[in-house]
Amino acid sequence: MELLEGSAAIAESAIAAGCRFFAGYPMSPFTGLLENMSQKLPAAGGVCINAESEIEGVNMTLGAAAAGFRAATGSCGQGIALMQEAIAEAALNETPFVVFNMARNQQDYFQCTRGGGWGDYRTITLAPQDVTEAVEHTQLAFHLADKHRAPVIIYGDPLIAQTRVGVDIGPRDFGPLPAKDWALDGTSSGTGRSKQVWTWAMGKSTDPGPGPDRHWRAIAAKFDAIEPTEHRHAQGWCEDASTLVVAFGSAGKFVSYVVDELRAEGLPVGWFRPITLWPFPGPALEAAAATAKRVLVFELNGGQMIDDVRLNVPDRRLVRGIGGVSIGESGLGFGDLMDAPVVRERILEAMQ
Amino acid sequence: MTSMSGDASVMVDTSIAPEGARLIASPKPSLLLGEHSLCPGCGEPVALRVLLEVLQELDIVGRTIGVVGHGCYGSFVRIMDIDVLQCLHGRAPSCATGIKRMRPDTAVFTMQGDGDMANEGLQEVLHAAARGEKVTCIMLNNGVFGDTGGQLTATTVIGQRTKTSISGRDGDEHGYPVPVADLVAKLQGVGYVARTAVHTAAAVAQTKRMLRKAFECQLDGRGFGLVEILTMCPTGWFVTAPEGSGYLSESMEKVYPLGELVS
Repeated sequence: MELLEGSAAIAESAIAAGCRFFAGYPMSPFTGLLENMSQKLPAAGGVCINAESEIEGVNMTLGAAAAGFRAATGSCGQGIALMQEAIAEAALNETPFVVFNMARNQQDYFQCTRGGGWGDYRTITLAPQDVTEAVEHTQLAFHLADKHRAPVIIYGDPLIAQTRVGVDIGPRDFGPLPAKDWALDGTSSGTGRSKQVWTWAMGKSTDPGPGPDRHWRAIAAKFDAIEPTEHRHAQGWCEDASTLVVAFGSAGKFVSYVVDELRAEGLPVGWFRPITLWPFPGPALEAAAATAKRVLVFELNGGQMIDDVRLNVPDRRLVRGIGGVSIGESGLGFGDLMDAPVVRERILEAMQ
Repeated sequence: MTSMSGDASVMVDTSIAPEGARLIASPKPSLLLGEHSLCPGCGEPVALRVLLEVLQELDIVGRTIGVVGHGCYGSFVRIMDIDVLQCLHGRAPSCATGIKRMRPDTAVFTMQGDGDMANEGLQEVLHAAARGEKVTCIMLNNGVFGDTGGQLTATTVIGQRTKTSISGRDGDEHGYPVPVADLVAKLQGVGYVARTAVHTAAAVAQTKRMLRKAFECQLDGRGFGLVEILTMCPTGWFVTAPEGSGYLSESMEKVYPLGELVS
């Protein structure tokens, strides 16, 4: 157990997971992770590049991943927006890497789960509630990326990046993975069986590939198969709850704390926290909301996850947002809404 | 494929020397898996062939990785027997950086056009050069977006007609051409920069020498390498295939002088 700031803990966890390439462009609160990687990764035999732009950072990462190495990049908000073309490209040409979105707040939900890139792809998105979970998710993200040959996003926030907690860093074992026999190392060149990492999957003139139509249908089918199998969630007090509160990330931790308190006071409230934002744990939410007369969504944005909640509860008319845009004065962190008494007040208000 | 002039039914076997001439290259490098599908008179297949010959002559084929951008030459991914990452438009120098840093024993090259390198990805190549990445970037410069049918690029020369500068490029209206090799040559971190062409036999021979030196620079770890190759695009230049070579001499070569800038 080590006492570490979130950014340092995530960096060490990534290295423990075998990450050997990192490239990023400073943007707070992601900056701490970049600094930690630049200091820790070379000592582990890896490469960290302070890229000249987010676009260059993510494409360097794509290159390192295409060469068969565990690689990651990161940013937040606008920086992730700049990376979307490459994230989509990696989904379509099946290059696995991890993107750390150490976000300023919860306004990146659509950006993570819908993406801004082109094509029929989705991005597996893990939303840890705190540093401890972020350390686990970091390891899991590299595993899922390799398992599915797809980019995976970790959606953190300022509390996760900058809170100092005691964590246990060490490699986790999530089971065997397929060999990276697709990776480019140059040894196939000139053999007649040279390799390609290519979104269009045209293959060689002597050995044609599936081509875009069949390849992109296969990619869409792959994400269809991931959706029902990789969703994760946590929940509490849902069995007989007449009011269910849904929240993700740090906000989910605040909500579970407040709901536990309200339960202790005898109120029939439950909480539900999607851990994967895509795939959204829809069937689990549907079951958790079985007895609910109201489903409240607490998210620090103008209403983004609420769309997924409405799509998955038995009766969308029961769904109501109790969060809202809430940014600190600096523009770099959460505002007044991220506070247990405020969350409590909003839940009680909605229950009247 | 139809010929732009003359009898379309006449097929020319390029592996046989015309009467009175002699072949100075092997009929077909073994790394070439098939025929290209580009227009008659295009310079890009010539550059590809020279590149493949250089890789074989340097005996580095079994450790070579290519990163190919978006343009007509993108179709070469299908006919070159090389491990290839086909990357996003303009981003090849960054992808090549990631590959080379993780696999320092490989020879990594990018193949990009002027639209790819000078328009979409100018920042990428400049920063890769300034970082001194040990990669070889190859820019096939024909002054037009060939793949989309001949529009203005950053390297279109003044007066050149394109589909988006139909009366000819005018500096006041369209801006001025960007000499990529000259920009890169000014940066520290660079080991080899040259500009060449493939419009004459002598130029093709020079291209081969320069590509070889660029790869040697990479293999010796001396820094970033760039070879800008002026290539004919008769279709995009509104000239016939046989006129491409002369047009290149009269237009592009005057703006982009050939030679080594850093060696």
